Amino acid sequence: MALVERPPRTATAAPAWTPSVNPAFALVAIILVFLPAVASDFVLVQIFAWSYMLGIIALSLMFLAGYGGMVSLAQITLAGLAGYLMAILGVNGQPGGLGWPWGIATLVAILVTMVFGAIVGALAVRTEGIYMIMITLAIAAAFFYFTNENYAIFNGHTGINAIPTPHVFGVDWHAPVPFYFLTLVIAGLCWAAVSYISRTPFGLALQGLRDNPRRMAALGFNVNAHRIAAYVFAAFLAALGGVLLVWSYGEIAPGTISVSAAIDILVIAVVGGLGNPIGPFIGALIYALLKTFALDFLVAVGLDGNRYRLLIGLGFLVIVFWSPDGVIGLWERWRRRGETSQRRQGGGGHG
Amino acid sequence: MTKFIERNPLWALILLVALAFALWLVFASWPQGFEDVFGKKKLFLNAVLNGITLGGLYFLVASGFTLIFGLMRNVNLAHGSIYLLGGYFGYLTSDATGSWLLAFVVAFIVAAALGVVLQVVVFRRMEGQDLRQTLVTIGISIVLADLMLWWFGGNSYQIQTPAWLRGPIELPLVTAVRSSGEVVYLTYPIVRLVIFLASVVIAFLMWLALNRTRIGMIVRAGVDDREMLAAMGVPIQLVFVVVFAFGAGLAGMAGVVGGTFQSLSPGEDTRFLLASLIVVIVGGMGSITGAALGAVIIGLAEQIGLAYFPTYAIVLTFLIMVLVLALRPQGLLAAR
Repeated sequence: MALVERPPRTATAAPAWTPSVNPAFALVAIILVFLPAVASDFVLVQIFAWSYMLGIIALSLMFLAGYGGMVSLAQITLAGLAGYLMAILGVNGQPGGLGWPWGIATLVAILVTMVFGAIVGALAVRTEGIYMIMITLAIAAAFFYFTNENYAIFNGHTGINAIPTPHVFGVDWHAPVPFYFLTLVIAGLCWAAVSYISRTPFGLALQGLRDNPRRMAALGFNVNAHRIAAYVFAAFLAALGGVLLVWSYGEIAPGTISVSAAIDILVIAVVGGLGNPIGPFIGALIYALLKTFALDFLVAVGLDGNRYRLLIGLGFLVIVFWSPDGVIGLWERWRRRGETSQRRQGGGGHG
Repeated sequence: MTKFIERNPLWALILLVALAFALWLVFASWPQGFEDVFGKKKLFLNAVLNGITLGGLYFLVASGFTLIFGLMRNVNLAHGSIYLLGGYFGYLTSDATGSWLLAFVVAFIVAAALGVVLQVVVFRRMEGQDLRQTLVTIGISIVLADLMLWWFGGNSYQIQTPAWLRGPIELPLVTAVRSSGEVVYLTYPIVRLVIFLASVVIAFLMWLALNRTRIGMIVRAGVDDREMLAAMGVPIQLVFVVVFAFGAGLAGMAGVVGGTFQSLSPGEDTRFLLASLIVVIVGGMGSITGAALGAVIIGLAEQIGLAYFPTYAIVLTFLIMVLVLALRPQGLLAAR
């Protein structure tokens, strides 16, 4: 079942890629660490911190889709569940808040989200490919409508607001620069974790399951257990992203987890590229830039500024039509084109 | 039928008792104690009728979706956008000409034309590539949603019900017996009943066309093995285009129906895409009868949930989906 159409070489691309671009990687890391020295608070929070948070959630989708061959549209739902749980268990502006300390509330929120991720996974792995997309989409929609209509727990359409960002070590983590570093560090850790897991026996087994589940089953691997475990790990990533989102906005409402938000996460992951854990962050940065500046850009060229979704949709279509493995794919193909033309001159070339 | 009873006597008995109980709920006048626990009978009857008629609308949308999937394995996530586009064009037509029936014709033609374009430009180029089709159609639905928001704005429109369908009708269903011995019958909007009957007729015609005509035979053969069908000289690409156009046209007509007894506004496209997804997941992908069964189940679940536990209604729909997935992942009446 070829869910993610791609040349088989990408199975080994991720391990080979990371060490090979060390100079570029180090350069990017240095730029990101010293960015607060030059960039304004608006750029730091509205573009970079936001794209780290979206990137973490999209990374959880990339992990499932890229390594596991399972496209889940419920990742924003898991993020939203973690956010809602943290808001309900912790301190918030509604009379019903339980007021637990933030650490315990966050921990419980993440753990419960992982359990829910296991349930979603257990449902989703009963099917494959396109059915899985539909089922996870249906789960995402059901949870959205549930939070939108339920006032007893989720406070309906308004959602829950006035959720404080914790002060730890005397630092106000809601202030732009600390929050930027908080998201940067967590995003970096998530990226490192996914890169690492893709090379562990578990990650390799997952990629084997993506390419040929029957052979892996014959080799004695428990197909469903691996897939559900992948869902649980992805739920952990999504929950981290969701907690950060709530700290950033100070509120959570059904709009954050709507169907179009679920699709946006898919767009981010696909545009960035499903073949490499850095892809979702690139996709998220493009998305954040588009969403922030599309209005100015459209007005500047004389069009209606409200048409930014049209721009996003068209951009997405172009990427999907011409480069199924996203911006990363474009870049890698461009690099490889240089290589193959050199090899052809030397008499090589493999068609 | 008899085979089923012979093979599963216990299930047959349970189903029979459930059916009898359902009939009793609908036709008998409820005893006082029963009404105290479960509320007025009128509430129940209205919920059931609303659910069944909503199921008719869901069937119109989902049958096109499942037909397209069953034959071509095309996953068209722009199906909801086609529904909404059909509805908007139907609204424009009925607003300009005042003719409700003409709205159906225009909506069908517009939606079918869009379906032809989708099949020729998108799906033919990426046959068998599930994920790319899904992604491309998601992209198309984002673009279409924004274009429709641009042209029609964020207001909600309602298509005018024609004069001969306006008003309520009295049904021979008892809601209550007054203390004076006078019997109260249920009144219900006639337009919803007519639309439901129309969708039953369409379902029957589809069944007839699929099972009794040459084109239907070709389509069924295509569902089973399209390579072999192509090898026998059937112009399979043409069949694909026709089926896609028909499926999309059905969704467009459903848009007019939805615009008449609900309303048309941005966001309805996703709602109906999701409704058809859940309907075909429950009923079984690629099966028309499955779509009909799934549509009625989901419509009933939604409306009964809405009547008895409003804020948890969606959970009921979701639970049904989960239950079906857990017990029969391929759907209740899957084609294979």
